[in-house]
Amino acid sequence: MALERCDVEKIAHLARLGLNEADLPRTTDALNSILGLVDQMQAVDTDGIEPLAHPLEASQRLRADVVTESNQRDRYQAIAPSTDSGLYLVPKVIE
Amino acid sequence: MHQLTLAEIARGLADKSFSAEELTRALLQRIHQLDPQLNSFISVTDDLAIAQAQAADARRAAGETGALLGAPIAHKDLFCTLDVRTSCGSKMLDSFKAPYDATVVARLAAAGTVTLGKTNMDEFAMGSANESSHYGAVKNPWNLEHVPGGSSGGSAAAVAARLLPAATGTDTGGSIRQPAALTSLTGLKPTYGRVSRWGMIAYASSLDQGGPMARTAEDCALLLQGMAGFDPKDSTSIDEPVPDYSASLNGSLQGLRIGLPKEYFGAGLDPRIADLVQASVKELEKLGAVIKEISLPNMQHAIPAYYVIAPAEASSNLSRFDGVRFGYRCENPKDLTDLYKRSRGEGFGSEVQRRIMVGTYALSAGYYDAYYLKAQKIRRLIKNDFMAAFEGVDVILGPTTPNLAWKIGAKNADPVAAYLEDVYTITANLAGLPGLSMPAGFVDGLPVGVQLLAPYFQEGRLLNVAHQYQQVTDWHTRAPNGF
Repeated sequence: MALERCDVEKIAHLARLGLNEADLPRTTDALNSILGLVDQMQAVDTDGIEPLAHPLEASQRLRADVVTESNQRDRYQAIAPSTDSGLYLVPKVIE
Repeated sequence: MHQLTLAEIARGLADKSFSAEELTRALLQRIHQLDPQLNSFISVTDDLAIAQAQAADARRAAGETGALLGAPIAHKDLFCTLDVRTSCGSKMLDSFKAPYDATVVARLAAAGTVTLGKTNMDEFAMGSANESSHYGAVKNPWNLEHVPGGSSGGSAAAVAARLLPAATGTDTGGSIRQPAALTSLTGLKPTYGRVSRWGMIAYASSLDQGGPMARTAEDCALLLQGMAGFDPKDSTSIDEPVPDYSASLNGSLQGLRIGLPKEYFGAGLDPRIADLVQASVKELEKLGAVIKEISLPNMQHAIPAYYVIAPAEASSNLSRFDGVRFGYRCENPKDLTDLYKRSRGEGFGSEVQRRIMVGTYALSAGYYDAYYLKAQKIRRLIKNDFMAAFEGVDVILGPTTPNLAWKIGAKNADPVAAYLEDVYTITANLAGLPGLSMPAGFVDGLPVGVQLLAPYFQEGRLLNVAHQYQQVTDWHTRAPNGF
């Protein structure tokens, strides 16, 4: 099943990617080319095979429930595009 | 001084033939003089390097020793470095100065390494040619019209051109081994979980692994020693003792069982590369190795599975770049959605956008089973192939790449053409196995690499085989003309 231009627009919206109108045909072709490669998977018989999420099948470690990090808000906000009084600034969301 | 390996530098510093500061100043001068031809560095950190070199000299004067004390290196520009730009090759992070050091950076700095700079790379490590960088393509020092491979192409070009002895790289589908092969270096992707991923900007978290790139296996052993080990900050780090890699170099290869997968020598492999790989097999036989043909029947399915798993994980990982907390923000956003969309649309290059969209699609409602789950099942088939093969052999050997370094721009029309170049390297990432590429000769003046794969945590075995090979061959000592 090949993606149409409207599918690509929907995917771009889900990914919050603003695409240029002019790039859409080229992007659609490229995505279809990649998905054509990916679709070769469907020919593989995987009946009864368990999915492998972690190569060594390790599970997440647990740690003691104690505070290990110190507050470094100023340091982390120094690299933000826009902050004020310790808050990140974005365009108004609620009128 | 620029011809010295890490091991030779360690001896020179120990016997006071030169100081770390003298060496650092000489290499910085060489980088400024020659790198404009290559574009292998995104940032050269002169002041940091000289301060670290002076500190290393002071530590040595105070009686400290150590193989990496005063050793000049560079980091791929996806390892976070405190207060130094960490761009990941992207406009998105062009102004990003990391607020902390990656564990790899911190450990190597504690061992006394001197950071000369941050090396160029494919944007967010997505590429096999180092052409997708926001900072421009990197040139291969063996032929400036050709790519150096990617995504650790800057590290590869810089070390191959003798701008410095070694550098860090990362490998998600071949991004250490493939550029090492295309520039005549030794590069090692460790076992998944061997080297901490903390502070390494994530591409595909279940595949990413940092490792060393150098001219010799001996130097890779030294650098890996400084990088490897358990890190509680990385939830996928494995708590497994780190062996002495330098001590592993000198073992005999007598009786070593080497498996040649027949799938690695089939259609698609440049026959001139096949000949050089077979020549390396002959050398290893002379050293006592025993050769067996093996089969990895699911190898051909690795690339399709990878191009689901890696983009799916990337689409999740790269959602953090939102124009709010750090990184690029578009001008005059009209609302929050516009801020997200334009910041990401303008900040990411086209290859990164493509992979985010493939991953978003694969993970979207109704497609998860057909794509992500299917890919993870194939991932197990690939791992099972390796586990069966390692019942009968100690290491697996084949070509690192099917083709020589191609001309810059030659594979840009269709992204899939470049993806296929990773056919021999991607399986090790899916299975989490260690893999090494070592220089094995030249075709038309362009380097050829041989890949070795071993069972989990047997990096020492890979380094041993490569080191023994490098005792009887001199491919790794050849330098490109003009460098």
